[in-house]
Amino acid sequence: MILYIVRRILFLIPVLIGVAFCVFTLLYLTPGDPARMVLGEMATESAIQEFRRKEGMDKPFLIQFGNYIYKAVTKGDIGSSYITKRPVMNEIMATFPSTLKLAAFAIVIAVIIGLPCGILSAIKQYSIFDTLTMIFAMIGLSMPVFWLGLLLILLFSVYLRWLPPSGFDTFKAMILPSLALSAQSISMITRMTRSSMLEVVRADYIRTARAKGQKESVIIWVHALHNALIPIVTLCGLQFGQLLAGAILTESIFAVPGVGRLMVESIKMRDYPVVQGGVLFVAVAFSLVNLLVDLLYAYIDPRIKAQYR
Amino acid sequence: MDENTKNGLLLEIQDLTIQYVTDSGTVHAVENLNLRLGRGETLGFVGETGAGKTTTALGIMRLIPSPPGVIQSGKIIFEGQNLLDKSEPEMRGIRGGKIAMIFQDPMTSLNPVMTVDKQIAEMIKLHKNVNEAESLKLAGDMLELVGIQRERMHDYPHQFSGGMKQRVVIAIALACDPGLLIADEPTTALDVTIQAQVLELMKKLKQQFDASMILITHDLGIVADICDKVAIMYAGRVVEYADKCALYSNPVHPYTIGLFNSVPDLDEDKEVLNTIPGLMPDPMDLPSGCTFHPRCTYAVDRCSQTKPEMIHVGDGHLAACPVLAKARG
Repeated sequence: MILYIVRRILFLIPVLIGVAFCVFTLLYLTPGDPARMVLGEMATESAIQEFRRKEGMDKPFLIQFGNYIYKAVTKGDIGSSYITKRPVMNEIMATFPSTLKLAAFAIVIAVIIGLPCGILSAIKQYSIFDTLTMIFAMIGLSMPVFWLGLLLILLFSVYLRWLPPSGFDTFKAMILPSLALSAQSISMITRMTRSSMLEVVRADYIRTARAKGQKESVIIWVHALHNALIPIVTLCGLQFGQLLAGAILTESIFAVPGVGRLMVESIKMRDYPVVQGGVLFVAVAFSLVNLLVDLLYAYIDPRIKAQYR
Repeated sequence: MDENTKNGLLLEIQDLTIQYVTDSGTVHAVENLNLRLGRGETLGFVGETGAGKTTTALGIMRLIPSPPGVIQSGKIIFEGQNLLDKSEPEMRGIRGGKIAMIFQDPMTSLNPVMTVDKQIAEMIKLHKNVNEAESLKLAGDMLELVGIQRERMHDYPHQFSGGMKQRVVIAIALACDPGLLIADEPTTALDVTIQAQVLELMKKLKQQFDASMILITHDLGIVADICDKVAIMYAGRVVEYADKCALYSNPVHPYTIGLFNSVPDLDEDKEVLNTIPGLMPDPMDLPSGCTFHPRCTYAVDRCSQTKPEMIHVGDGHLAACPVLAKARG
């Protein structure tokens, strides 16, 4: 098991180099000169050349990329912002807590609502509850987050005046963005839980449990749910990874100072080191969440654990 | 104690009718089924796939999936009490505690994410007044009883072979000393060599636990080996019920005769095996009168008009064929 974890973490290295290369290439090919953006329209040609030399932008592409990786690996230095001149790592770390809180909040809401709704839908298949749940899940899936966010602000902030429309400093301020962000996850987790449970409750071992005289509640919550968990956990992991990676729209609408907003601002300003670092950071976060999910599998299903060598 | 129990009768099914009501029609899975099982007896329940054997068994356990399954009418009298009048909590005490079931496919009938000792202990805790530790100890005892080493009690089902899994299933079924054991084709999914071992084990344990057994199978050889009484089922009805010896020496119903004829004979040199002509009728659209008449070589006109009753053709030997019953005198 330990060996498996170590191997999985080592496997992250090529993934991250690949991600870095892709982003590096994309930014290299993107039109627009960061030097001009940073120094302004009135900057002299020599100032621009000086900037390009200082940032290593006069060197060939592969050398630039090599330098970047070299510095990242040896010194943990992934460059400094063109604009604020602060290390990219600091910039990201300043915004990451907000994103993490937002994502964690959203996924917790999604699981708390989605899981029971999915289970109830499955055991009461074709009932009114099931139909209504599936309708709401469909609406939740189809509603774009920017629109839902605005509706929530309109209702809870403008009309009812219960919750603040922006910011992320108090618990109250965190409710609306988390809710807006979790809508799609709630719907997906509900639907996944329902279909996974429907498959499991028809299994023979559920019939065996009934034949033992076991109570229906124990059968559902212990026997069935445990077996239905694998696809649900997979989905939760993917959703959480995505929430970490880019709550860009939600962060913009609710003015949450998170990684998503930092990236959007940086792209607008051609602040390439921050964009680059941001994408890498998100890739690491996503990979780690997935590793966590894979490790969770082992605890859920002994058959999978047996394969982790 | 009522009359039946005194007579040594453990289970009596009267006029049991079970249907699956679906949008595309009603499936007549079991129709007016009558059956008796004495204490300590083993009843072989024989019939083709789709004859309603498993539905009957699940009906006794009150585990028919509903919807679409509905027990329309009849009585299932177990130890003098009609199981169809029992509430769900009462049934939970009977399932496992008094009537236990062994299912067909051991590969899928154990929970894959639970160790086997816990799965046995679950049964014990439900029906005996013991704590967690005692139940696990008893679970280990049960495993040893079915021939699995105690050291393996913390293993998961996927770490066992098919035959061993079926032993675990048997251990679960017998854990609470049930009066009636229903085994639904317990060896069908196993290798032939393992089949014999598992059957031998069931035979031995059934005697040791002094239980009655209903053995569902379509293997007449297994019936001859283990059972005392045999009920032949066709299209949701019992068509012949007799003592094993009476049935094997003197089958009356044309379907039973057809079944015996289709067992290949080792000494006979044959190119084509004997079969019963035709197919099982569609259970949504059963033939009128005797459901077997379209395939029956002895059929006369009235066979398609009236449903045959079970007729006594000998001591405790009943058959639902007036034509042949008359011929036998």
